[in-house]
Amino acid sequence: MKIVVLVKHVPDAASDRSFAADLTVDRAAVDGRLSELDEYAVEQALQLVEKAGEGEITFLTMGPEGAGEALRKALSMGGDAAVHVVDDALHGSDALATSLVLAKALGKLEWDLVVCGMSSTDAWMSVVPAMLSERLGVAGLTLASELTVDGGTVTIRRDGDDASTTVTAALPALVSVTDQTGEARYPSFKGIMAAKKKPVTTYTLADLGVDSGSVGLGGAWSAVDAAAKRPPRAAGVVVSDEGDGGVKLAEFLATGKFI
Amino acid sequence: MTEILVLVDHVDGAVRKPTLELLTIARRLGQPSAVFLGAGVADATETLARFGAAKVYVVEAPELDKYLVAPKAEALAAVAAQASPAAILVTSHAEGKEIAARVAVKLGSGIITDAVDVDADGVASQSVFAGSFLVTSKVTHGAPVIAVKPNAAAPQESPAAAAVETVAVTFSEAATKAEITAVAPRAKSGRPELTEAAIVVSGGRGVGGAEGFGVLEALADALGAAVGASRAATDAGWYPHAFQVGQTGKTVSPQLYIANGISGAIQHRAGMQTSKTIVAVNKDAEAPIFELADYGVVGDLFNVVPQLTEEIGRRTS
Repeated sequence: MKIVVLVKHVPDAASDRSFAADLTVDRAAVDGRLSELDEYAVEQALQLVEKAGEGEITFLTMGPEGAGEALRKALSMGGDAAVHVVDDALHGSDALATSLVLAKALGKLEWDLVVCGMSSTDAWMSVVPAMLSERLGVAGLTLASELTVDGGTVTIRRDGDDASTTVTAALPALVSVTDQTGEARYPSFKGIMAAKKKPVTTYTLADLGVDSGSVGLGGAWSAVDAAAKRPPRAAGVVVSDEGDGGVKLAEFLATGKFI
Repeated sequence: MTEILVLVDHVDGAVRKPTLELLTIARRLGQPSAVFLGAGVADATETLARFGAAKVYVVEAPELDKYLVAPKAEALAAVAAQASPAAILVTSHAEGKEIAARVAVKLGSGIITDAVDVDADGVASQSVFAGSFLVTSKVTHGAPVIAVKPNAAAPQESPAAAAVETVAVTFSEAATKAEITAVAPRAKSGRPELTEAAIVVSGGRGVGGAEGFGVLEALADALGAAVGASRAATDAGWYPHAFQVGQTGKTVSPQLYIANGISGAIQHRAGMQTSKTIVAVNKDAEAPIFELADYGVVGDLFNVVPQLTEEIGRRTS
């Protein structure tokens, strides 16, 4: 079984994130990391190969030079190889362009299953897995809380608001996994050393046959007009419970006409 | 007049409130037409008419329930191909965003998700970076596909014809690959939908265990509120994951949010800090949740909350 796991290098959510002058996410101002939600995808892929007793895992990312760090982190957790799509023309790409480029890159790789995280932790759109399924014409089994592969069939459990749904499809297929699939492993020292020797292939847009005009800020099909820091909330009233905290709170709610 | 498609979110014909918000927003952009997928349109037309749908396009086919998401996107795209709308609005929840993503690829349209407002020029507002920035953006190519979050507008009535028009769709092989083989419905709480509720009562690590949520449910029922939980509480198994408020759970924006025993980590704040009024009850006076709170009580929630519930009962009886 050949698996490709999509990973993204994102600004650390715990840092003070902001926008650059061109209103794209400022990726240089703060530390980046492998998106926490992609770690669940890496973990699931590793578990699938461990259970099957065979298989190859390739990590794929698109992003500037520094995004290679996310690939190294994934490779230190396990897997075999990585592919980095890097091209200056990609700066400012929207989700549609991102999915176009990733689909082209997947077209150059051999795979039975693509595994993604449920969302990136910077843009939080959660649309790339669905767009990729659409572009590749393969089954999209999204938001899996549980994932199994049996022979040529993939099955997931998707926990929705109204129901828990079982979804199944023949391979090749694409799956996105949630943070309910189980904690990701930490890289071992051995894993970190081994990752340094694993091959990382880079592709440019020319390698993928993608016109640079269809990606990047200029090729984006939506444009950001403005990004403004939200003013902090006005300081409120904090009281200590002296045995009448509930009554005081009721008084506040009554003033606001909530009761 | 410019036609705007609104995808109806419904349960067997019962129209969900965010759809009424979408119809209200759609009237700023043009004349709304509803797109109703699945069975039960007869139960929905009266509501859709009342909130301004001039037309109701209906696609009813077994594929819509038999396969995951993709057939719904194909049906919406088919209606769009027929109607040539100026914009398409869907609810910004997990399924809505997936449908929007697929439709944007099919139609060659730009897409915006998680909009908290859309103005008459189609400029959408989004709350990003855990709610610390407000971004405005606009689709510049094709008919905009915009996924709008619940509570983005107050639904306003504006009676229209809601003329039903059935659309036949032939589903592609690609859209019928991910088959739904089992559906286990969740037990209904009888409380309002978390993302749609006007009041949310939420609990975190300080609740201490599954049984502790009983006092929060009692308060919620006194207020007609939904119950939410922080990731600490859902990861510990004290409350179902479907009720998690936060970045990997639900984003809520109610009139009133009452956080109980929740410290206010960034992951949680991102899911609730656009709430109109925020109340916090926490033992720890240093908890960051108090920075957001309009009213905070430093104290044991197991003393404060039951007293509050009792006081509400006394005042409303």
